[in-house]
Amino acid sequence: MTPLIGVLALQGAFREHIDAFKRLGVGTREIRALRDIAGIDALAIPGGESTTIGKLLTDTGLMPATREKIASGLPVFGTCAGMILLCEEIEDSSQPRLGSLKAKVRRNAFGSQVDSFEENLLIPELGDPPFPAVFIRAPFITGIGDEARVLATVNKDGENYIAAVRQDNILTTAFHPELTADDRFHKYFLKMIGNSAKRTT
Amino acid sequence: MDNRETGTFKVKAGLAQMLKGGVIMDVTTPEQAKIAEDAGACAVMALERVPADIRAAGGVARMADPGIVEKIKAAVSIPVMAKARIGHFVEAKILEAIGADYIDESEVLTPADDRYHIDKRDFKIPFVCGCRNLGEALRRIGEGAAMIRTKGEPGTGNVVEAVRHCRQVLDQIRELRAIPEDEVSNFAKEHGAPLELCREVRKEGKLPVVNFAAGGIATPADAAMMMHLGLDGVFVGSGIFKSGDPAKRARAIVQAVTNYNDYDLLARISKDLGEAMVGINISSIPQEERMQERGW
Repeated sequence: MTPLIGVLALQGAFREHIDAFKRLGVGTREIRALRDIAGIDALAIPGGESTTIGKLLTDTGLMPATREKIASGLPVFGTCAGMILLCEEIEDSSQPRLGSLKAKVRRNAFGSQVDSFEENLLIPELGDPPFPAVFIRAPFITGIGDEARVLATVNKDGENYIAAVRQDNILTTAFHPELTADDRFHKYFLKMIGNSAKRTT
Repeated sequence: MDNRETGTFKVKAGLAQMLKGGVIMDVTTPEQAKIAEDAGACAVMALERVPADIRAAGGVARMADPGIVEKIKAAVSIPVMAKARIGHFVEAKILEAIGADYIDESEVLTPADDRYHIDKRDFKIPFVCGCRNLGEALRRIGEGAAMIRTKGEPGTGNVVEAVRHCRQVLDQIRELRAIPEDEVSNFAKEHGAPLELCREVRKEGKLPVVNFAAGGIATPADAAMMMHLGLDGVFVGSGIFKSGDPAKRARAIVQAVTNYNDYDLLARISKDLGEAMVGINISSIPQEERMQERGW
């Protein structure tokens, strides 16, 4: 049986995630209200504005319910705003968040929109060719525990920062795999879901 | 690092994709920008005056003082857009230089060029432009716009023109889908639209960039209706800070755009919003004062 993936559809590029999962033959459900979250096997949190999505998570009552599901092992894939919402600490911000990942994140880490960019990233875990990463007013992770598996880093002013990371049931990228035709991250996430389903059955 | 590329069309159009399902609010001060951000706006439009006041003041409306845009940018973490006059590429270069996130080449301001729009491909910063029909939308995209919005009739609190422009674009996309392939070139000619973009729209069945509603949206119900009509999100200009309780109305419109299908919720959030902005009937505005007529 293929898993049912909830795609958080409060704001942002959720349609692009749905299309990516559709290309891989996987069913999705848009999550807009508390009643939508029961029965999903995994969750994708799209790019968008993290303050907007965080506010709507709070208003809808989805915040505590989602946090609880992630804590009890629900596989989750967050891109850009999704990464910000998943991190426990957001530099210089008290905005609402899920905070499931013990990590520190910096918003708009590269500056304004004029600093947004595309770059082909070497990601050993995905193999060749390099991944076409689209960074849009992107964040990056500035601190995380040793148990996390760093999948990709990105350079800013000569320093390397975390651009993609996996820890337990959480997968997160600072860039937007959903904006490209390269589905390797979505496939990687499906593999995570498969493994976690095997463990629980 | 050596293969890093900024200012690509992908990152320009990509930011618009991140704004989808959101509300972009006009603000004139850092305090208003904070209110908008706290209410859940996905971006703000930094202005010296909202369209209703521009309409009332008359005279020539120009780009905002860059200092105002910078102050608003410093006050919030969400993207900050700013308006340049139609054709005024130097105003646009100034907005790019101060690090605005998006430029609206806008008919709300007095046009600076009565024939040509800005060549938007010549910028790293993305542009949004207004349209009343498919030809206008595709001309702007051909010039490099990475996002489109309806023109509506700004500063009126009257949604009818935004609805008309939205339906017009959708009707013409359906028409384009229905004609045989060998008639597309004539369609392009008749609509003054680039042929390649007409072919793309015919194949995909939609505009190649994100399309927002703008111009006259004043209530949560207005915003939800525009989402039902198939638009990707909503600009609210004068509708919020010209109303009785801006913070509450802003929150309600944000929720309405996300939950446009949930009528119980729409009913609940539409209650006790205080006074809406004063509306203007379009027929009472002389043709030459209609902002939607600006743009070529």
